[in-house]
Amino acid sequence: MSEAEKTTRAATGEAETMLRRASGAARKATRQAYGETLIELVREGLDLVAVDADLSASTTTARFGEAYPERFFNVGIAEQNMVGVASGLSLTGKTAFTGSFAIFGTGRVYDQIRNTVCYSNLNVVIAPTHAGISVGADGGSHQMLEDIALMRVLPRMRVLVPADYHSAKAALRIAAQTGGPFYVRLGRAPLPQIYEQTDDFALGRARVLCAGSDVSLIACGAEVEQALAAAVLLEESGISAEVIDAFCLKPLDAQTILTSLAKTGSAVSCEEHSIIGGLGDALAGLVAEHPGILRAPLGRIGVQDRFGVSGNIDELFAKYGLDARHIHDCVVELLS
Amino acid sequence: MSVAVSETGEPDLRANENSGEDRAVSRASLEAYARRMRAHVLRMTTAAGSGHPGGSLSAAEIMAVLWFGGVMSYRADDPGWEERDRFILSKGHAAPILYAAMAEAGYMDEQELLTLRRLGSRLQGHPDMRKLPGVEVSTGSLGQGLSIACGMALGLALKGGSQRVFCLMGDGECQEGQVWEAALYAAQRKTDRLIAIVDNNELQIDGSLAEICDVGRLSAKFEQFGWWATDVAGHDIAALLGAVQEALTTSFEGPRIIVAHTVKGKGVPFMENSCAWHGKAANEEQCRAALEELGVQR
Repeated sequence: MSEAEKTTRAATGEAETMLRRASGAARKATRQAYGETLIELVREGLDLVAVDADLSASTTTARFGEAYPERFFNVGIAEQNMVGVASGLSLTGKTAFTGSFAIFGTGRVYDQIRNTVCYSNLNVVIAPTHAGISVGADGGSHQMLEDIALMRVLPRMRVLVPADYHSAKAALRIAAQTGGPFYVRLGRAPLPQIYEQTDDFALGRARVLCAGSDVSLIACGAEVEQALAAAVLLEESGISAEVIDAFCLKPLDAQTILTSLAKTGSAVSCEEHSIIGGLGDALAGLVAEHPGILRAPLGRIGVQDRFGVSGNIDELFAKYGLDARHIHDCVVELLS
Repeated sequence: MSVAVSETGEPDLRANENSGEDRAVSRASLEAYARRMRAHVLRMTTAAGSGHPGGSLSAAEIMAVLWFGGVMSYRADDPGWEERDRFILSKGHAAPILYAAMAEAGYMDEQELLTLRRLGSRLQGHPDMRKLPGVEVSTGSLGQGLSIACGMALGLALKGGSQRVFCLMGDGECQEGQVWEAALYAAQRKTDRLIAIVDNNELQIDGSLAEICDVGRLSAKFEQFGWWATDVAGHDIAALLGAVQEALTTSFEGPRIIVAHTVKGKGVPFMENSCAWHGKAANEEQCRAALEELGVQR
């Protein structure tokens, strides 16, 4: 049975059921999948190494380093060298994973990623943690909101944005097993375990989480939880929302998304990233190539070309219009 | 600046177990290699109408010694040969001298050199490993090669082979901060299979390093960073061979660097010590004159 068929048969209240089930398990950050997945992959026979830049406890690559000290390299506070050393290691036949925080692990090393990793088409996986505004109290200097834009634009780069612990494991596995440059966006915020297993994820595939008929909520990362919660609120307002986890932003699963848009006729993108260059832009491009597919304007939930500030996650998601209530209100306005 | 030049004459590198394939090594033959590579650089950049002759010409003897002095092991007919030593041209704009060496080594015909920078050519303006087998990694954005070389050395050490990693940098390139990140970490990890060479020609595009942002005495700086370092006269074949031999055989537990003091544009008097010829090709007439200066037939 295809994903689409499954979802068409899905009962209403699916989003609520999904969130209730997820709340039964402890919330986990996507970064918690990092070190342990690398350990599993080496146990399974993959020849991989990790290179971090003095943030290995936070990224959890330190766990990998404890298990495989000879495969772990900590270059100190030197992110450019981190990417260069990872590139050199990959040129000796290994798949190299990089660490650090998204702010330093993408923006500070953009040229190294562009000119060495992507231009040379190396087996290097850029997988920093602490992406997005959900970093919280550390504030705007540490809340990376432009990383997807930077990575998406690079030729040969594939971009995966997992929404929970299991999908993070899946993303790391896909990156390790596929080869070539990857960006895996990991976060610090504890998130509900939406998925029960790491199976059923694939490069270029989105996941339809619950079926709906009035609007498609296309979300990624931490915003998948908010989109599911918004679907519950929308149901109370008499609006049936389909929620799609756009797990793979590049290549984008145009088929799954277009099928949903053709059904609902309206869509909102949801991401804890700038509305410039991220999922919202990717959807805007797709919609523009298919005139008439939407009856209403495309809604874009994201950070509106601003820097973040210090605060806790709930406060920040409310302040920057990323929470379920804002998604609900955006949909109501679009459909009115 | 005083330059320590090794007094070693012509070491019998064939007796060195780490030496490359059996190649005749004599000072005269290496000088001939350097002269032919200079001629290739001039012909190909003139044919392209652009490119970087200055920093290519300054590295001719360095390349002659590494590629043809019995120093590096490689197989032109099998670029991916696992046991090969790795060569990284961190100063990627000197691509013409790399292509010249590769042509002399048999990776391509001399004729192909004249396709430099043309649409469809394997010889991109800066080296592209995805287009030209034998190029170990694509370079062109300065400051990254030493990090990559360090990672390669660490990866090769994990495998337990005996390959060495040679990384050619520019002195101007050492203004990039990443070079010093790599220098720290290579020393930290005691990457003794890593041998860096600086083509220290004292000029960058906008002028002399002394005027713009002086890197000072690089051998002393690298020594401070935990490296074995030596200075050498970079156009003296015998001295270069001696320095390389010393770098390869020292019992020092860590990375090694040879700072080769060179002249930008070396071999062509009107290009020597001139930053005007950093990124400009000679026209046909100038090229003819330059080849005459080299004593090479057009």
